[in-house]
Amino acid sequence: MTKSSSSNTVIKAEKLNLDFDTNDGIVHALRDLDLEIEAGEFVSFIGPSGCGKTTFLRVIADLETPTAGSIAVNGQAPEQARLARAYGYVFQAPALLSWRTIARNISLPLEIMGLSRAEQQERVERTINLVGLDGFGKKFPWQLSGGMQQRASIARALAFDADLLLMDEPFGALDEIVRDHLNEQLLQLWKKTGKTICFVTHSIPEAVYLSTKIVVMSPRPGRITDVITSDLPDDRPLDIRETPKFLEIAQRVREGLREGHADE
Amino acid sequence: MTETLKHKVLPILTIVAAIGVIWYGFTVYLNAPWQIDQYEKSATEWSMNELVRDTMAHDRPVLPAPHQVVVEIWKTTVQKKITSKRSLIYHSWITLSSTLLGFVMGTFTGMMLAIFIVENRAMDKSLMPWIITSQTIPILAIAPMIIVVLNAVGLSGLLPKALISTYLSFFPIAVGMVKGLRSPDPMLIDLMRTYNTSRWHLFFALRLPSSVPYLFTSMKIAIAISLVGAIVGELPTGAVAGLGARLLSGSYYGQTIQIWSALLTAATLAALLVIAVNIAAQITQRMMGVPK
Repeated sequence: MTKSSSSNTVIKAEKLNLDFDTNDGIVHALRDLDLEIEAGEFVSFIGPSGCGKTTFLRVIADLETPTAGSIAVNGQAPEQARLARAYGYVFQAPALLSWRTIARNISLPLEIMGLSRAEQQERVERTINLVGLDGFGKKFPWQLSGGMQQRASIARALAFDADLLLMDEPFGALDEIVRDHLNEQLLQLWKKTGKTICFVTHSIPEAVYLSTKIVVMSPRPGRITDVITSDLPDDRPLDIRETPKFLEIAQRVREGLREGHADE
Repeated sequence: MTETLKHKVLPILTIVAAIGVIWYGFTVYLNAPWQIDQYEKSATEWSMNELVRDTMAHDRPVLPAPHQVVVEIWKTTVQKKITSKRSLIYHSWITLSSTLLGFVMGTFTGMMLAIFIVENRAMDKSLMPWIITSQTIPILAIAPMIIVVLNAVGLSGLLPKALISTYLSFFPIAVGMVKGLRSPDPMLIDLMRTYNTSRWHLFFALRLPSSVPYLFTSMKIAIAISLVGAIVGELPTGAVAGLGARLLSGSYYGQTIQIWSALLTAATLAALLVIAVNIAAQITQRMMGVPK
């Protein structure tokens, strides 16, 4: 995670700008963003609503087009990366198709990508197991709890083996206990798979607990106010959140967020 | 079982009973003037009881009593051979076949139009106004034209009538289907975009399944108006068979009982058709994992 050779750069943004033309005038969603993310990093984006964290994730995913500046994903333009299916995207809501079983939801991207039936089945089984949903493949989404649905959507994003996982507040709608549990699992998943994860959140403990790097952002215009490299150990039980080191990082994040608000 | 009885059958029976009471009331009220006239002409003494009884036994009443209609339906269904020209089942079948053919063609046309509209911006701009305009023309005005024009090119019988049903039924299908195909959450569209999904897959994996509930709602409307279309198609053309023909000949000869029995049969047919679509909808929804 501390490797810094440029060939390992997954995302590189330089002077990235994005303006939305709305009825109330131009909104500067992203202003002069500079950021580099290395392979295997777990990067959290944290900030209040309107700071552009989701927008930045969507720019990486080629769901939004920047107005100015440059961004590269795996050394390519975001569109090329999307066409190459370079990333899996997890939305705020599970976004499962209600008429498909969990297994068929997970195999959706595989069907679209034209994998063979056998290959699909093998991958569905593997990822269902990875997110701990064994035995639920034949259930329909409504038969699962919110937390399980979100795990299914993570499985779906993992199914086609993209090295980059983009997660937009995936646990935002879940209660604290389920969220803790999923955070723990996500961390194990990340260690097991070695994927690069970009994770949008507005929970400070969540960001500090999960990340190797925390990007603090602030709104109007959306910009980066601080980038904190976490030196918490790789092995993170949930009670690491009581340790001084954890609280120290959390404090720095909090200051970064406050700083962003100070100039309003 | 008792629950179904309580919650489904009982409310329906209550309404049926209420309609029955009102109907009988109007039967007496509407037929009384003529009956009283008759009594006076023949200088007969009459009591209220006799008046009520006699108003319900006219051959050509202004409004026949429900039991007269029921007896007429019984006579023309159970007691007639199906092949007889006086069998209501025979006439119902004529109308039903044209209804179903028109409904199938209308559903197909409506779906195709909806797909064109959703998949092509130019179609959206150019077709939609015409589709809406098509429904502002009174069907009674255009139905004879369709029959006459098609007859001139050698088409007669079932198809022209069915086309009138098609003309009516494609509209709710097209409108409902357009809404259904556009109903997927933007998040799901984004999701498909992240997979670099082809238009083909976007349509078949997302848009089409999303449109199913809308399609069935539209189909319920479409099948009912297909029946109306079939009957209307029989009216202005001097058709010799079908429920519309029964209505027409009934009105020529002042056979109000015949008219009402044809009307009730048409209403029953419409109800059965809607129920059939409903069952198909439920089966489909069950297969698509919708909870009971």
